Amino acid sequence: MENYIIEMLHITKEFPGILANDDITLRLRKGEIHALLGENGAGKSTLMSVLFGLYQAEKGEIRKSGKPVKINNPNDANGLGIGMVHQHFKLVDIFTVLENIILGVEPKKMGFIDKKEAREKVINLSRQYGLKVNPDELIEKISVGMQQRVEILKMLYRENEILIFDEPTAVLTPQEIDELMDIMRGFAKEGKSILFITHKLNEIMAVADRCTVLRKGKCIGTVDIKDTTKEELSKMMVGRDVSFKVDKKEAEMKEVILKVQNVTVPSHSHKNNAVKNVTFEVHAGEIVGIAGIDGNGQTEFINALTGLDKMSNGYITLCDKDITKATIRGRSKSGMSHIPEDRHKHGLVLDYSLEENMVLQRYWQSEFENKGFIRKMKVRSYAEDLITRFDIRSSQGPVTIARSMSGGNQQKVIVAREIDKEHKLLIAVQPTRGLDVGAIENIHRQLVATRDAGKAVLLVSLELDEVMNVSDRILVMYEGEIVGELDPKKITVQELGLYMSGAKRDVVKENGNAK
Amino acid sequence: MQNNRTSQNKTFALTKIMKSKAFSAFTSALLAIILGLLIGFLVMVIAGPEKAVLGFRTVLTGGFKKLGNVFYYATPIMMTGLAVGFAFKMGLFNIGASGQYTMGMFFALYAGFMWKLPVGIHWIVCVLAGMVGGMLWGLIPGIFKALLNVNEVITSIMFNYIGMYLVDMLIQQNATMYVATTTRTAYLPVSSQLPSLGVRNSNVNISIFIAIAIAIILFIILHMTTFGYELKATGYNKHASKYAGMNGTRNIILTMAMAGGLAGLGGAFYILAPATIPGSSMTYEPINIIAANGFNGIAVALLGNSSPIGIIFSSIFISHIQRGGTLTSLYGYKPEIIDIVIAIIIYFSAFSMLMKTAVGSYLKRSYSRRHTETERKEEADIPNPSELKDEVDIPSAVDAPPDTKKDTVRATKTEEKDAVNVTEDIKLETLQEENTAVNNLKAGEEEV
Repeated sequence: MENYIIEMLHITKEFPGILANDDITLRLRKGEIHALLGENGAGKSTLMSVLFGLYQAEKGEIRKSGKPVKINNPNDANGLGIGMVHQHFKLVDIFTVLENIILGVEPKKMGFIDKKEAREKVINLSRQYGLKVNPDELIEKISVGMQQRVEILKMLYRENEILIFDEPTAVLTPQEIDELMDIMRGFAKEGKSILFITHKLNEIMAVADRCTVLRKGKCIGTVDIKDTTKEELSKMMVGRDVSFKVDKKEAEMKEVILKVQNVTVPSHSHKNNAVKNVTFEVHAGEIVGIAGIDGNGQTEFINALTGLDKMSNGYITLCDKDITKATIRGRSKSGMSHIPEDRHKHGLVLDYSLEENMVLQRYWQSEFENKGFIRKMKVRSYAEDLITRFDIRSSQGPVTIARSMSGGNQQKVIVAREIDKEHKLLIAVQPTRGLDVGAIENIHRQLVATRDAGKAVLLVSLELDEVMNVSDRILVMYEGEIVGELDPKKITVQELGLYMSGAKRDVVKENGNAK
Repeated sequence: MQNNRTSQNKTFALTKIMKSKAFSAFTSALLAIILGLLIGFLVMVIAGPEKAVLGFRTVLTGGFKKLGNVFYYATPIMMTGLAVGFAFKMGLFNIGASGQYTMGMFFALYAGFMWKLPVGIHWIVCVLAGMVGGMLWGLIPGIFKALLNVNEVITSIMFNYIGMYLVDMLIQQNATMYVATTTRTAYLPVSSQLPSLGVRNSNVNISIFIAIAIAIILFIILHMTTFGYELKATGYNKHASKYAGMNGTRNIILTMAMAGGLAGLGGAFYILAPATIPGSSMTYEPINIIAANGFNGIAVALLGNSSPIGIIFSSIFISHIQRGGTLTSLYGYKPEIIDIVIAIIIYFSAFSMLMKTAVGSYLKRSYSRRHTETERKEEADIPNPSELKDEVDIPSAVDAPPDTKKDTVRATKTEEKDAVNVTEDIKLETLQEENTAVNNLKAGEEEV
């Protein structure tokens, strides 16, 4: 009998129509780092939500140190010493670090919060584990990496023994990732047990002791990291050998389509500019990738480029037409297609049907409009046409409510709409976020096909592999500036990482002086 | 086997009906009404146990004895209901229906008293004047909202007061309109009165048909025109509508003006009605009270699920119990008691959204349970069940970006969802709870 601190035995969690978790067993030893690997939608988050008390499983039981326990809500989980760092941090922006850490477990003295004692404890903890934070700084003022440390301190402050990290590295720079790995190893040495959710194989190989792989809600197996390889893990995760290479010919660059000159965009969150003096061109027949760690101005730049937000300086021309001050509709008419970063926020009206979403950019065109009325028959046949051409799957065809569709198919709707619309430039922002391997391959193929049809493609992605494999040319964005123009065939991922973290930068072309 | 197929088809047809938005809106409204009536009955029992049953029966059926007036009093709340519901489709909460209604009433009165126009044209001009008055009072908060992002709830509430005091002042100053001895407005010239339908002992007139026609036109606008498409898109997801290049500024102003116009028409329809004594008309007493018909419009819109067709029925229902309620004084009930009972029913109409979620998820749960059973039975027939499963991503709330969560939760309140979503929402609500502190603060920030 081994000494397990947490056992999740035969967990089955069903949502109508889907088995999110099907008879999954996961055993966490005391003092180990246990990775939970799986694609998006494999059921990792559901399983962790069961452990953290956000959902109740239909079948199966959870044991702590051999004793069955019932976890009905996150408070129960906390009581059992289970803490979680969520992928999207749960912090109050306008509170200080200290206030966030003690939120919910405030030490009280005669009804008043006793911050002094709390501060000492937090300072001690942060020293003990090398988690450098300033307890009096406001959350909104500190970096994402720092915010994550606050989340970790929150768990430590509550004296949690079992720490769940939900995709903790997605928002970090390579250096911050290394630091986090060290911190995790430190915890394990202290006897804390760690569950580490991820789909990044390198990190698992680097830090985990064992790894449980999920696929489509089923448990594929648990392996010892020292007995396995990356290839083996990825095969377990996807169910087949995966080629991460994108099939494409050499790019045939033609005329300039998009010209961006000295674009500067003010930030909404701080006083500095989010985008500083960005200048580049995109030609017909090429895919230009913008690489960078999240939060380095990509979103702000794209918002300014597509007209969602205003820029304070600079010019944009599309096919030699100045669109700097054009409306969103005007830009769309001039030939700009935009696959937005957040498909639920911008890309779709979730409560509209599939066919209504298909014409979101075109409902006003004479093809679909007649004297103010929508030509429903035309919309229907157009939607049916796109559904067949782009292989969009849904339960009720054109009348399916977009909200009920899977993420991959929702994204296909947007891609179909934007690619089929008359356009010269396709802006694709994080087009494969949250999609499984099959859907990713499909969308990459569409991007390349668009390029081969003589359009210009601007791809913005946080995934290094995507930028490396799909682009013909890479621009790296760091703190709102383009710090390098690279050829994906000539550089390595490591080198690209250096540019992204600001450790390396090229001569800035315009003024001709190196920085 | 053959039989099996047909029976399955039937269940599918049934579930299609059950899944339709209108059906779930209807059942939830019905539940709200029943609950409201039950508690209303309890109040009557407490107030006067011996005659509670008789009195309650009068509330329910009394309206049938005064059918003409049921329709007459339904007209203004139908219009204010449309004013609230129509704006709500765009995500605007038009609390200013009262002010717009009062303004419309004043414009109609002014045109009625001060302008001399031929019979047959005069009342039409008065109605249109009422519409213009309401439009003006909807337009101003609309402009502030669209151009300066000033919260329309606050500005339109304040416009209720401004409108009411302004109208009361203007009426009292005007000797043609105001009769100081009765402290009410005078009878309108016959030419400005709406053509009566000739039902005895009632004020019912042509305006009920106009109101129903307007509701149907609004339904067509919402469901068949590009303007309706933009309006609903903005209401569901204003970020996506911006992304799609829709002109939000123009649409907000237009929607608020239209909503105001609808409420203004309500005021005109109410005041331009001929009264039961030949030659007399409805009168208005300027005593600094905000028009209740405006606020009743909110209840009507809620109960009718903001749908123009639903609002036709909900306004008639609320008018019906109001008429029935006035008759309970025959059994010694104070009119205030009946106002309480009606208020409770209206109060519960606000629960209809809640009921809708509950009813919807219950039906779906029982459906999906049955469905899985049949599926298991017919497993041999289905080519490859795992293939079916592949098509659906497992909803992973934790993976979803935070904005999606907010949107989804917001949508819970307004929309019917498919099976998968119900669970998604339940999950999200759980997450939401945990997140409340954060979100509340963020929301607060946004509002400010």
